[in-house]
Amino acid sequence: MSESDLVVQPSGERDPLSTGEVRQETMIVNMGPQHPSTHGVLRLLLELDGETVVRCEPIIGYLHTGIEKNTEYRTWQQGVAFVTRADYLSPFFNETAYCLAAEKLLGVQAPPRAQVLRVLFMEMNRIASHLVWLATAGMELGAVSVMLYGFRERETILDIFEAATGLRMNHAYVRIGGVVMDLPPGGLDAIGDFLAMMPGRIREYENLLSRNPIWVERNAAVGVLGAEDALRLGVTGPVLRSAGVARDVRRDEPYCGYETYGFDVVVREAADCYARFEIRLEEMRQSLAIVEQCVERLREPGPVMIDDPKIAWPSRLEVGPDGIGNAPSYIDHIMEESMEALIHHFKMVTEGVSVPAGEVYVPVESPRGELGFYVVSDGGNKPYRVKIRDPSFVNLQAVPAMVQGGLVADAVAVISSVDPVMGGVDR
Amino acid sequence: MPVERIEGHRTGRTAEDSEEELKRGLLLTTVDKAVNWARKQSMWPVTFGLACCAIEMMATGAGDYDLSRWGMELFRASPRQADLMIVAGRVSQKMAPVLRTVYDQMPEPKWVISMGVCASAGGMFTNYAILQGVDTIVPVDIYVPGCPPKPEMLMYGILRLHEKVRTEGHAL
Amino acid sequence: MTPTELAERVRARFPDVVVAREEATLSLDRGALLGALEALRDDPELRLGFLSSVTATDRPGRDPRFLVAYELYSMEHRHRLRVKVGVSEGDAVVPSVTGLFPTADWLERETYDFYGIAFEGHPDLRRILLPDGWEGWPLRKTEELGGVNTRYRGGAFIPPVDRRTT
Repeated sequence: MSESDLVVQPSGERDPLSTGEVRQETMIVNMGPQHPSTHGVLRLLLELDGETVVRCEPIIGYLHTGIEKNTEYRTWQQGVAFVTRADYLSPFFNETAYCLAAEKLLGVQAPPRAQVLRVLFMEMNRIASHLVWLATAGMELGAVSVMLYGFRERETILDIFEAATGLRMNHAYVRIGGVVMDLPPGGLDAIGDFLAMMPGRIREYENLLSRNPIWVERNAAVGVLGAEDALRLGVTGPVLRSAGVARDVRRDEPYCGYETYGFDVVVREAADCYARFEIRLEEMRQSLAIVEQCVERLREPGPVMIDDPKIAWPSRLEVGPDGIGNAPSYIDHIMEESMEALIHHFKMVTEGVSVPAGEVYVPVESPRGELGFYVVSDGGNKPYRVKIRDPSFVNLQAVPAMVQGGLVADAVAVISSVDPVMGGVDR
Repeated sequence: MPVERIEGHRTGRTAEDSEEELKRGLLLTTVDKAVNWARKQSMWPVTFGLACCAIEMMATGAGDYDLSRWGMELFRASPRQADLMIVAGRVSQKMAPVLRTVYDQMPEPKWVISMGVCASAGGMFTNYAILQGVDTIVPVDIYVPGCPPKPEMLMYGILRLHEKVRTEGHAL
Repeated sequence: MTPTELAERVRARFPDVVVAREEATLSLDRGALLGALEALRDDPELRLGFLSSVTATDRPGRDPRFLVAYELYSMEHRHRLRVKVGVSEGDAVVPSVTGLFPTADWLERETYDFYGIAFEGHPDLRRILLPDGWEGWPLRKTEELGGVNTRYRGGAFIPPVDRRTT
């Protein structure tokens, strides 16, 4: 047996030992789907040359839920409960976009107060979502204290959500034609307290991180993605705005009356992870400003559900000790007082709304970018097709472009700066 | 097995007897009870966050609800260092083999909490993509209902599991 | 541009434009797709250079059975256009637009995964969300919703453990 037989030679390549060259080998590292810093069940296949990432391939689908197929088997009203669970960190955005699409097909609009409530909850939700991002990004980069801070403030927001909708997540609060119910008594005060508390807390995060040398080193000039590449890859949201593109669906294609609110589209030029961090913190402040304007508008009472018995959800709902449910007075009404109300309730709950045939695409600005709902109706009481264009899904495509050529440790920083939510990616 | 029966049957001692022995600087127990107590006091969950429930699981571990009160704040990334798997969220058909692999990698003894209705029974997602209950691939000790369960509910489930671990016979 | 103006402008080159619910939709043959998208992208008054979404709709029993929909957006002019291409069941192939819009990569893979529509010229056309080796195209209307069988190990039920004795 000669010496060359012992060396496994890749076909078609020269034997590096005999030519005296240094052997160049890459290593494949599998990261995920069960990994503490991949933001859920994301799997990355990394090809490494030493510490440098040569190739990165995200593998997704580990949370594929079949939400789009499920909505085709449920009534239009029930669809809200399904889509809210797609991107579970931004439930109000999913619900609003879906309901806006259905309302566009129906040719109706929710009453003004319902629109304000939608904006209010979406912006509160944006803050909560960015807080979870801050918490997880901090945890993944070693700033564990930030995780505790992020979840602390998020609890305050969730308490308000729970008082208003009965649930901490997956609310199904926004319905076709409006919202389920008005704010509870004392709701505006709770929001006022939150508005007073939050700016100081955001300053606290800044004090903790902005000039923290480790945080800056791990984020600045990491994961750079220029504007042109970002647009070609379909990237939206804070990642696109970090590259200097002032794209915000709220301003460019207003919905729910966003054109009447004063807010800034936050833009940075550096296009790196640190710029995305700055943008998210500043967006929390902008959201607080919008919430403040909403609170002013909510001082005047008004209806929160459309005045059309063919579309409006028939029952009066209330938050009880065990969550949301039919108000006892309403149950008395349909069970003992009015046969017609019972028939109407039964018809709306079982058969639901029939939506005229057609197709619409409605985008909204979720915390992660353009969240679009492409909804097709065939005229029946169920959606014919619901396609969720989720920003996490599209933004995740850009991760290889940001990771390749960098260090493997930076991959974690990049993924957390993109902030993909796997529920939205896989749906 | 009820608690009283274990205590009476195994040790033949009452609480008063133990108090007396403590005064003499002596504490007698059975190996079972000592081992179970140790296991219950510091369970280490493996990070197995999947969907919405994972966020609530993180909230449970964070400051407001503070799982460290039960020695459980340490979520282990490696299944080799964990003895509790909290399946938090819907399990897709694609994820099922991964979940089972992680479970197989955990050392004995190990326990499983199925958090949320999706993990327990498929939940509202009765469709082609989602496993209709995680108990078809791993044995489940505690089912926590809810969509998602509030942190209080998860904590209640964990406390029930502690109770179960504490009273297990044949610990070794 | 309003949807009506946009439709007028597009109609000059591609006749089959309709406006419904303030959304302009252009229907094309698949042979004309790539050329049209390039023209729409490069026209200085249209500049439809941002591809939001690619998806399909299944209509069994009708011809063409599938409608592939592309949502285009213009960052400069802030208007939208939907482009739709019909695909018949026996020949479910559409040219891939990944050369024009790299973002279409995953979106086309997802459409393939759900509907079995092949995208000719796609660099890496394989399943994306469903497990490798999955049979069938789950979002086709002819497929069941499913949800009873557990595929893992034949769906054998592992009984809950009351007491660990071994």
